[in-house]
Amino acid sequence: MFPLSSENLLVASLKFCAGVCSGIVFLIILFVANEAIPSFTSPGFTAFFTDEAWYPTYNQFNLVPMIIGTLCLASGAVLLSAPLGILSALFCHFYGKGLTLKIYRRIIELLAGVPSVVFGFWGLMVLVPMIAKIAQPGASLLAGVLILFIMILPTMALTADVALEQVPKSLIQGSYALGYTKTRTLLSVVLPSAKSGLAVGFILQVGRALGETMAVLMVTGNVVQIPESVFNPIRALTSNIALEMAYAVDHHRSALFFTGLILILVVLALVLLSHSLQRTADGR
Amino acid sequence: MLKLLALVGFTLSLSQFSFSAEKLVLTGSSTVAPLLGEIAKRFEKSHNDVRVDVQTGGSSRGIADTRQGVADIGMVSRALKPSEKDLTAFTVAMDGIGMIVHSSNPIEKLTQEQILNIYKGKVKSWKNVGGPDKSVTVVNKAEGRSTLELFLKHFQLKPYEIKASVIIGDNEQGIKTVAGNPNAIGYVSIGAAEFSISQGVNIKLLPLNGIVSSTENVRNGRFPLSRPLNLVAKGEVSGLKKQFIEFAKSSEVSDLVRDQYFVSVEQ
Amino acid sequence: MGDKLFSILVHLSVLVIALVFFAIVGDVAIKGFTAIQWDFIFTEPSRSGREGGVGPILVSTFLLLGICLSIVISLGLGTAIYLNEFTFHKSKFSKIIELSLDILAGVPSIVFGLFGNVLFCKILGLGFSILSGGLTLACMALPLFIRTAQSSLRGIPSEYRSGSKALGFSKATTLIKVTLPVAIPGIIAGLILSIGRAMAETAALIFTSGYVDRMPSSLLDSGRALSVHIYDLSMNISGGDLNAYRSAFLLIIGLLFINFSASTIIKKTLRVEN
Repeated sequence: MFPLSSENLLVASLKFCAGVCSGIVFLIILFVANEAIPSFTSPGFTAFFTDEAWYPTYNQFNLVPMIIGTLCLASGAVLLSAPLGILSALFCHFYGKGLTLKIYRRIIELLAGVPSVVFGFWGLMVLVPMIAKIAQPGASLLAGVLILFIMILPTMALTADVALEQVPKSLIQGSYALGYTKTRTLLSVVLPSAKSGLAVGFILQVGRALGETMAVLMVTGNVVQIPESVFNPIRALTSNIALEMAYAVDHHRSALFFTGLILILVVLALVLLSHSLQRTADGR
Repeated sequence: MLKLLALVGFTLSLSQFSFSAEKLVLTGSSTVAPLLGEIAKRFEKSHNDVRVDVQTGGSSRGIADTRQGVADIGMVSRALKPSEKDLTAFTVAMDGIGMIVHSSNPIEKLTQEQILNIYKGKVKSWKNVGGPDKSVTVVNKAEGRSTLELFLKHFQLKPYEIKASVIIGDNEQGIKTVAGNPNAIGYVSIGAAEFSISQGVNIKLLPLNGIVSSTENVRNGRFPLSRPLNLVAKGEVSGLKKQFIEFAKSSEVSDLVRDQYFVSVEQ
Repeated sequence: MGDKLFSILVHLSVLVIALVFFAIVGDVAIKGFTAIQWDFIFTEPSRSGREGGVGPILVSTFLLLGICLSIVISLGLGTAIYLNEFTFHKSKFSKIIELSLDILAGVPSIVFGLFGNVLFCKILGLGFSILSGGLTLACMALPLFIRTAQSSLRGIPSEYRSGSKALGFSKATTLIKVTLPVAIPGIIAGLILSIGRAMAETAALIFTSGYVDRMPSSLLDSGRALSVHIYDLSMNISGGDLNAYRSAFLLIIGLLFINFSASTIIKKTLRVEN
């Protein structure tokens, strides 16, 4: 037997856990790529960007409007929910107290666990008819952004909450001792020091926004077009997979897997970007 | 990790014992799956030691799974295509597809031509077909769905000719979308629409080619836009598979077929 | 003056979030609570879920959650500890793992479903089963859990660790006696997020744990999750709305219960540690 101390064993098993976790990602990418590969020869890689439109049963495979639609949707939702999520976390740590705070925390946790179907259902029955009164047809980019915003808000609020938890109390007391006001302490001491935790929450919610399927499918109208206003219906890449996968065969099927591959690549690009941002921030 | 391995080992050993029962797996169309789920339950009651698992997912999945042998029987909500003749289809029920509009819409009927023009985007306002001066919200089905294929075939349209304002997936989503929008027009399963209307949902069915959209007219074959709901199997059908398919076609389940608002075909 | 304005802003946003919550959950609660009866929880669904209850579906959901959590906790906590306590922040291996976790968080749920269908159902031969579904859910919830647990571990001042080292404790002892107890609230928060994600998932489960709504007799049985049931009732079954609302109401009550017990556990453990 090798001389295995308990400490080495512990590290080895922890390392194994970590390896398995990251292994899942490689398996998924491998699987999606493998299914998408036939689409490189037919219809061919450029077809996804140069075809006239998306009519897969008629060999038209343009994905550009859906990529743009997805980006509009995700960025809109994230831009709305990030500030609100951070404000909510500030409330949890510096403003709220007692029963109100307890109830409020419970509310966010609950909101995080409401199934996407319920959000979608509510969106379809309440939100879409409401928007339709302002501009037809109601099912639109706006409806998608609002629903997605509500869905990712609790995740952002909770991760921001955990991030603020880690800010050393001494730092805050120091700031007050310097005569900083509460607002100034929060904005120029607390938030910067919680930066990396907040960034993690941000990335997680961008990921969720890009990957959300069911609720988006129910409220965005799913017309493949580049939106000209927020009242235009759009189709997200995920909705495209969910709507058509069950009925797709041959080229159509591999084209849908290519859609999935694009999504993963977009996420990869975002993650790389945020990691390099974090590194430069840490390096200073 | 050890926990996981123990869990897997435990369940695998458990399964050795609990899998003495014969098992049938059905996959396919989400339209057909709820019906077959109920038929399967009734079949299990009269056949001890038989388990029938019904999975949903879509017609083409039913075809693919049956071909690969992942499923014993596939569920397909349309007639088989010429390229699918390696499988045998057994019709268990019929379903019609009807045009629906919001119940507040004063339009009572549309000609073939008018429907075509609405879906092609040539008619943009209800005013042009005798309605109020409101823009039309055209509700269409997603690419590849069998309802869309039937609709296209009936109106001799190509998918790229349709100018849709909303594209939907499942049937209920279509009904809910039209019910929530006074200017919408769509097409859905007639049985489901009839039921929703009886429950007070704000939609109404329009006649097609002058023939009232009703399950009655689907049953007597007069309605022009209908489809078979099929079970499909590969190769020779025998044993338990045959028993189940015959059971699903028999009069023993026609109450279940009606209960899902389809038209039963049993003789 | 600035303080007051900012305070108003904070309270306003909290108000907005609470209102959104009451709009959605209130809607579900009002429609779901009407005429809900005890036997809804215990009886089998009939007429494709239009009538009857959700008994077998609840059992399947709990089993799915159980499998998912046992894997998320063991594998996820291990990974979080490894990343934070046993590796230098800048090591290549840990960088790759963090990168892959962030990507995993962004993989669309439907892709997880297709992946789980191929890997667990077909290649590993588990078929449409609760086991396949639970494993797929675990893959989805892992990044959320690990990242939250990690950020809670990261927040523990390094003095704790160096102090423990000075006392002659090994790294493993430090971990169990010092680091983990302090990090528990953050870990539980991560767990609650994971439960939420798992309970809310629909797309991935349709392809893995399946659609069968009878009582599961083993983990290798196919079983319908509550969220799949809600989706089917609201999008595929005409006349399923009422039971969809009831099921959604039950789901929310379930989450409330889990949250409540989790926070009670936190308080109890903290009291013992102190």
